[in-house]
Amino acid sequence: MWKTVVRRVLIMIPQLFVLSLIVFILAKFMPGDPFSGLITPETDPARIEELREKAGLNDPWYQQYARWIGNLVQGDLGKSYTFQRSVGDLIGEKALNTLWLSLVSVILLYLIAIPLGILAGRYNNSKLDKTIVLYSFISYAIPTFVLGLLFLYLFGYKLQWFPTVGSVSVGLDPGTFSWYIDKIYHLILPAFVFAVLGTTGVIQYLRSEIIDAKALDYVRTARSKGIPMRKVYSKHIFRNSLLPIAAFLGFTITGLLSGSVFIETIFGYPGMGQLFISSVLSRDYSVITALVMLFGFLALLGSLLSDIIMSIVDPRIRIE
Amino acid sequence: MVSVTNDKDSNKVSSPPTGFQVIFREFIKDKLALVSLISIVLVTAFVFYMAYFVIDLNELMRVSLRDKFAEPGEKFILGADQGGRDIFGQLVVGAKNSLEIAIAVTVITGIFGIVVGLICGYFGGWIDNVIMRIIDFFITIPSLMLIIVFITVIPKYTQWHLILIISLFGWTGITRLVRSKALSESKRDYVNASKTLGTNDFVIIFREIMPNLSSILIVETTLNFAGNVGIETGLSYLGFGLPPDVPSLGNLVAYANNPKVLQEYWWCWAPAALFILIMMLAINYVGQAFRRAADAKQRLG
Repeated sequence: MWKTVVRRVLIMIPQLFVLSLIVFILAKFMPGDPFSGLITPETDPARIEELREKAGLNDPWYQQYARWIGNLVQGDLGKSYTFQRSVGDLIGEKALNTLWLSLVSVILLYLIAIPLGILAGRYNNSKLDKTIVLYSFISYAIPTFVLGLLFLYLFGYKLQWFPTVGSVSVGLDPGTFSWYIDKIYHLILPAFVFAVLGTTGVIQYLRSEIIDAKALDYVRTARSKGIPMRKVYSKHIFRNSLLPIAAFLGFTITGLLSGSVFIETIFGYPGMGQLFISSVLSRDYSVITALVMLFGFLALLGSLLSDIIMSIVDPRIRIE
Repeated sequence: MVSVTNDKDSNKVSSPPTGFQVIFREFIKDKLALVSLISIVLVTAFVFYMAYFVIDLNELMRVSLRDKFAEPGEKFILGADQGGRDIFGQLVVGAKNSLEIAIAVTVITGIFGIVVGLICGYFGGWIDNVIMRIIDFFITIPSLMLIIVFITVIPKYTQWHLILIISLFGWTGITRLVRSKALSESKRDYVNASKTLGTNDFVIIFREIMPNLSSILIVETTLNFAGNVGIETGLSYLGFGLPPDVPSLGNLVAYANNPKVLQEYWWCWAPAALFILIMMLAINYVGQAFRRAADAKQRLG
């Protein structure tokens, strides 16, 4: 299997290379550059030109690309013009927030989806099952930003159960116990939106898996040996059906990343999605390119992770 | 004589229902799907009629500060926004714009995806290999971010650009599906028989294989349409869809980005948000009904 993993990783390299080329060329075509914002009637055009020259913006694009990719490989993501600091540090700080959000989202997602999927599969065609199927249909159809806004309006502003903006209240010392609690408190509502929207796949998979398993030989054998149905479910079926759910983790990562752009904008949460939107608006190329590359890399990693987990838990599936 | 008529009769009874009969039966059985389908058609017709023949866009978008945030009432059914512009009119025109874009994207990606998918699946070989590698690439890249970057790059930006950019990233799903189906169809006996008779490849592809895929194509197109409504409104919401002065469902929802509007002037954003919600549910529901109709195992009627 390690051979295939290495091969998959090697395939990732040309993909990332093409992505980097596209992103870089697009960023170069963006109207304006980080220095156009500095132009005021008082500034000397020569000074701006000098800044551009110094930043290497007047070189041909392929030279700039080569320089950028060279730095990128060495782990130097460049410098953000709007924030005047290294892109690596900037993204690192925001990435931590997005990581927290994703972690809480994934936990909530599985906490909601697994019991619902199990119940729907066990009592299929009952009222309960129909309700769960309806719920998973609705959560599939709702766009992220609509549900996010409705929740923000309802739970944030009307009921005031949760804070409406930011990742932590001002005035708390980082690292203290109340700081962590406050951080989690800020996370719950956006993570809940994520979780509600992400449950569809897990519920549907688990449900159909359990329904299929009911008719399989090993379940019939267990029943004929006199094992009560309750035990057949908890010991035999669930164990078989739950494992493949682990493979959804990789896809969830991809979904979380594209969703973070919406969720973080709505909830004013300072993560990578929000950073992306704000840097597009301020034409901060180095941040945009770095973020797209990072998201592309993480998405590739997610799908690889899914395939690996899948082949571990289900030996019938072999990744070629 | 008698036995002949009997034969004819039994033939009639045992002949499997054709595509449209199956769909029709499915909708008769599932009243909610029927209601969804009828309301989608009615709403779309109403919105297009109003936007093209009744509402004057210049009149609608004229700022009148006297009516700033006017509450829903007699003058404005759904109130007015920051510039005193009628929300109901904007909702109608916005819905038209959003639906128009979603329809255009669905048609473009549908035609492209079907043609490329059929060709790849039928011929295989290096074309198939190349296209599949391209699709693999498109599936793994963060497309939402790239769409946003694309949109900011284009200097004179119109709704046609938006349609093309969304289509550029939206053709992969249907292509992959059509390809896999065409691949399995092209191994069937009827295709081989037709080949032996010397039928032209393109006649086989479009006259013989494609009709056999019609049911999944209907399902996929409906679900794609729902997805495209979601993408367009989402982009407009973030500020990277239609320009802010063009009414769009997403732009209306984006009023909610101002916390004060979100809290106090709910009529600015809530109607558009609910409209998107209901449209998405209805279109997806119809898509599910089509899917059930296309799959004999899940059929209700």
